[in-house]
Amino acid sequence: MARNLEFLVVALLVFASSCESAIFNPVSESHRSAALELFSPADGSFGSLEETYEALKTCEVLGIEKKPDIRISACASVVDTLLSTSTAVKDLFHALRVNGILKCELNDEAFAGIESRLKDSLNNANSLLDFYYSIGGLVLIKDQTSAVDVLLTDADKISRSIKALSQSDGRWRLNSNNPESSNDAAGKALEALAGVISLASSEIDQSLIATLKNDIAKLFDGVARYDDGTCYFDEKLVDARGHQGPLSASASVVRGITAFAEVTTESLNVRVSTVLGSSAPPLTVKLMQTFISGSKDASIIDQIVFDDPEQKKNYATGGRTKVPIHVTGAITIDSAEIAILDSDIGSPETQKKLDLPGENAVALSANHLQKLMLSFRLTTPSGHAFKPHQDFLGLVEKFYYLSGKYDIQLTVGDSVMENSFLQPLGHIELDLPDAPEKAARPPPQPVDPYSRYGPKAEITHIFRAPEKRPPRELSLAFLGLVFLPLFGFLAGLFYLRANLKNLPKSTVPATFAILFHLGIAAVLALYALFWFKLDLFTTLKALGLLGMFLMFVGHKTLSHLASTSAKLKSA
Amino acid sequence: MGRSTTAKDAQALFQSLRSGYAGTPTNLKIIDLYIVFAVVTAVIQVVYMAVVGSFPFNSFLSGVLSCVGTAVLAVSLRIQVNKDNKEFKDLPPERAFADFILCNLVLHLVIMNFLG
Repeated sequence: MARNLEFLVVALLVFASSCESAIFNPVSESHRSAALELFSPADGSFGSLEETYEALKTCEVLGIEKKPDIRISACASVVDTLLSTSTAVKDLFHALRVNGILKCELNDEAFAGIESRLKDSLNNANSLLDFYYSIGGLVLIKDQTSAVDVLLTDADKISRSIKALSQSDGRWRLNSNNPESSNDAAGKALEALAGVISLASSEIDQSLIATLKNDIAKLFDGVARYDDGTCYFDEKLVDARGHQGPLSASASVVRGITAFAEVTTESLNVRVSTVLGSSAPPLTVKLMQTFISGSKDASIIDQIVFDDPEQKKNYATGGRTKVPIHVTGAITIDSAEIAILDSDIGSPETQKKLDLPGENAVALSANHLQKLMLSFRLTTPSGHAFKPHQDFLGLVEKFYYLSGKYDIQLTVGDSVMENSFLQPLGHIELDLPDAPEKAARPPPQPVDPYSRYGPKAEITHIFRAPEKRPPRELSLAFLGLVFLPLFGFLAGLFYLRANLKNLPKSTVPATFAILFHLGIAAVLALYALFWFKLDLFTTLKALGLLGMFLMFVGHKTLSHLASTSAKLKSA
Repeated sequence: MGRSTTAKDAQALFQSLRSGYAGTPTNLKIIDLYIVFAVVTAVIQVVYMAVVGSFPFNSFLSGVLSCVGTAVLAVSLRIQVNKDNKEFKDLPPERAFADFILCNLVLHLVIMNFLG
C-alpha cells in the first residue's frame, strides 16, 4: 500500500524531451474520486507522515477539500515529531513537508531547535539521503518562517561532498560505499544541490554550476523512450526502498532539475505560452533550464508539470518543449552620416548628418559620376560594437537611365535587434545621362496569363487610324459643282423676268422692306458664325434677339404688301 | 408603228405639259425653279458621297436634309399660294411666305448644328 502510494503520488510527470507529444488530460472527477478512494484514512490518520504528506499534497493538487478532522490528527502528529528530540532526520523532513501544507501551530523556538538539529546532521552527513533530508528540511524551514536564519556558511564544502557522489553518466550514487547509481538518486542530488545554492550565504563557485549543467545534460542522454515517443527515466536497480519504477524516477529527476534551474536561472525576459486544451488548476509551468549554445541562440526547456497523481497507467501527459529563444536587446545607432563623394577621390561634396532612427528628410543631388556613402555605428546595450547581419540601402541598382527624384530608405535589422527599423531617409535627385540607343527599357510587368483577377497586360494606346479623306482637288471640284445650281436658279429667275416691282416705293415701307431682307441676311450670317466659331447657346441668344426684330419688321412689310394687294384686288 | 406612236405620244404629252405649264403664274414658276435648284443640289451631294464615302455621315445628312427640307417647304408654299387651290383661299400669300421664311430659318439652325 505504501509503495503504491509513493508510486502514484510523488509528482508524476512524464516528459517528452524533444518529442513534443502533448496529450493533455486535465483533471477530472474520475481522478478526484479515485484519489479519495485511495487516500481514505485508516482510523483518522494516514499512518506515516510520509503518507500523510502524499495524501495532503494530492488533495491540494486535485482540488479536493481536506477533511478538518484529518488536519487535527495530522497536526498533532507533526508537532509531536518536530518537537521530539529523538526523531530521525527523515521524519523531520516529512513532518516539515506536512507542516508546509497544513501550517500547524509551531513557534519560532521550535523552528530554531529543528534548524540546529538539521544543521548538525548536515555536518555529519555522509550519504546522499542524509544530505537530501537535511537540506530539504532547512529549505522548508526557510519557506515556513523568516525568524530563523538558515544560511549555510560552508555551502561550497557541502556541494562538493554531494558532487563527489556523482558519476560520469550523469547519475548519482546514494553513498560512497554503494557503487550502484540511479536516476532517482540523481534527482535527489540535484534537488539537494539546488537547496544548497539557495541557502548559501556566499556565492557558489560558478564552475561547479557549469559542471552540474553538464551532468544534467549527460543525464538526459540516458533518457528512455516509449513507443509513442514519450520519454522517461527508468530505474534498473532495486534499492532499499524497493523498485522505484519509471514514474517516480522521472519525477524525481524532473524535480531536481526544476529546483536546480530555479536557483541558477538569471532573470530573462521570457514569455512562455502554452497551448492547453484546458488549463487545469494543478498546472505549473517551470522554466527548467537554459542552455546557451555557441551562437547567440539559447534554448529554454520548459516543463509543463502536472502535479497530477497518476492512477494505474502511465499518462503521456505534459510536454517538455524546447523553445529556442533569442536574446535580444535594443541596439542604439549613432553617428550616422550620408555623403555624396566626388568619384573615387572620396572628398565629400555634400555631407549631411542623419538622425537615426528619427525623422529624416534629406535632399541630395548627384550625377552618375559621384558615389553615395552612408555610414553609421551600432552599439549594443552593453557597449560593444555590433555588426548587423543585414543592412542595406533600399536603392534600386539599375535605374534604367531614368533621371529624377528617388527616395532613399535605410533598413537595419538583425535577429537579435529589438528595434530594427526601416526608415525613409529623404530623397536624392539623380541626374543620369541619356539612355544610349540600345539601353534596356524598364521591363513591362510580367503578365500571368492564368490569373483572372490580376492585372492584365499593359495596353499601349493605338490611335484609331484616321479615315481616308478624299483628295482635296475632288472636294474642291464638287464644291464648285454645288454652286452651279445656284447660278442656274439665278439665271432661271432672270429668264422668268422676276422683278422687284412689288417693292414699296414710299419711304417707310421701303425701309421696312429693306430691313426685312437685311434681317434674314443677318440670321444667315449668324448661322455661318455659329458653324465656324460660336456655341449653340450664344447663337440662340443672338437668334432670339434677331428673331424678334425680324418678326417685327417682317410683319410690317408683309402686312403692308397684303394691304396693297388687297387694295389692288378691290380696285 | 407602235414605237413611233409611243414616241409621238410621249412627245405630245410633253408638249401639252409645256404649254400647260406656260400658263402658270410667274410666282409659282419661281417657286418651282427654287425647288429644282434645291433638289439638284441634293443630288450633287449624294453623288459626292457616293464617290468619297460617307465618312462624316452627319455632315452628309445635314447637307442633304437642308436641300430636301427647303424643297419641301417650298412645295408647301406653292400649295398655299396657288390661287387655284380652294382650300387655302382665305390664307393671304404673305402669311404663307412668312411661314416659309420662319420654317426655313429654324431648319437651317438645326442643319448648322448638325453639320459639325
